[in-house]
Amino acid sequence: MEILIDFALLAFLGATALAVVRVRNLFAAVMLTGIYSFLSASLFTVMDAVDVAFTEAAVGAGFSTVLMLATLALVGSRVTEPQFRIIDVSVKVPPKRPVFPLFVVILTGAILVYGTLDMPAFGDPTNPIHQHVAPHYLEESGHEIGIPNVVTSVLASYRGYDTMGETTVVFTAAVGVMILLSAMRRRDRFGEEAWGDERVETLDIGFVDAFGSEMEGQGEGEDTGREGGAG
Amino acid sequence: MSDQVILRVATKLAVPAVLLFALYVQFHGDFGPGGGFQAGVILAAGMVLYAMVFGLRRAQEVFPTAVARFLAALGVLIYAGVGLVSVFLGGDFLDYAVLAQDPEHGQHLGILLVELGVMVTVQGVMLTIFYFYAARGREDL
Repeated sequence: MEILIDFALLAFLGATALAVVRVRNLFAAVMLTGIYSFLSASLFTVMDAVDVAFTEAAVGAGFSTVLMLATLALVGSRVTEPQFRIIDVSVKVPPKRPVFPLFVVILTGAILVYGTLDMPAFGDPTNPIHQHVAPHYLEESGHEIGIPNVVTSVLASYRGYDTMGETTVVFTAAVGVMILLSAMRRRDRFGEEAWGDERVETLDIGFVDAFGSEMEGQGEGEDTGREGGAG
Repeated sequence: MSDQVILRVATKLAVPAVLLFALYVQFHGDFGPGGGFQAGVILAAGMVLYAMVFGLRRAQEVFPTAVARFLAALGVLIYAGVGLVSVFLGGDFLDYAVLAQDPEHGQHLGILLVELGVMVTVQGVMLTIFYFYAARGREDL
């Protein structure tokens, strides 16, 4: 029964991924990536990884969707058809068939699938991963740490140093975003008030428009849809 | 979106519950799924919901960008500080056993503080990123 649920969720994942690629409206694509994250979270729940599922639902489905919507509010949600500015009818451009990229992708996928054949079976108790430190964590954390949730014990205590690194990585992400967006802002305003707190306060929110029915694409000239053809 | 009465009322009801749920996730992380990362994201999500409905300006009156930026750094400081305190108390870096009288209580205290640091950083980082993204859209106004 459980394996049926696994396969059903996996099929949904595949269908959602295909839909993300095929759909022409970026707003719909962002929503589909949110659905993809929720499906992943369901899959993690079925596999008893509830902590990971929780994070995936909160970060993947919740927060990154909001950030993507904020980005859409900046760039517009329509993929515009390619517009050729140079009118030169004598040069006939043959339609580019993506044979080589397709070949590379299929080859890479085949190598990855071939690689998984050497991996130990899922859930096998004789797997190397279950022979190393995991038994110690499961058996000893109850009286060494005294916390029922072994995941928390491993995350915060046994592997506390790693978690500190992760926290620093998260912090670095914020620093990166601040530097990137502030640098653009500075270039706009010729060096006045790079961090722009006052600016931020006086601005109303931008991306709420993404929920409206109309999202006029500011990126009319961008030929984002060249690879996809006329879908 | 602030002219939508239903959204405003629903948001006013939902945001406190979301923030409370985040604290539950934080402090229940020892017993069930959850912990600092999840709690931090949920806290930030509550603020983002508020900002989406009531506007960025009002959200930043409640939770200014400078505070979010400060919290992002403060959490890492708390985390590393716990490690340093355990060093000064004679243990290894991030060895919580020396933080209290008996090792198990020390572990509890250390995990509590460390998870608090994670939550504070994640919340600050998420809100900072959101503020910077959302503010860019209206730069030309």
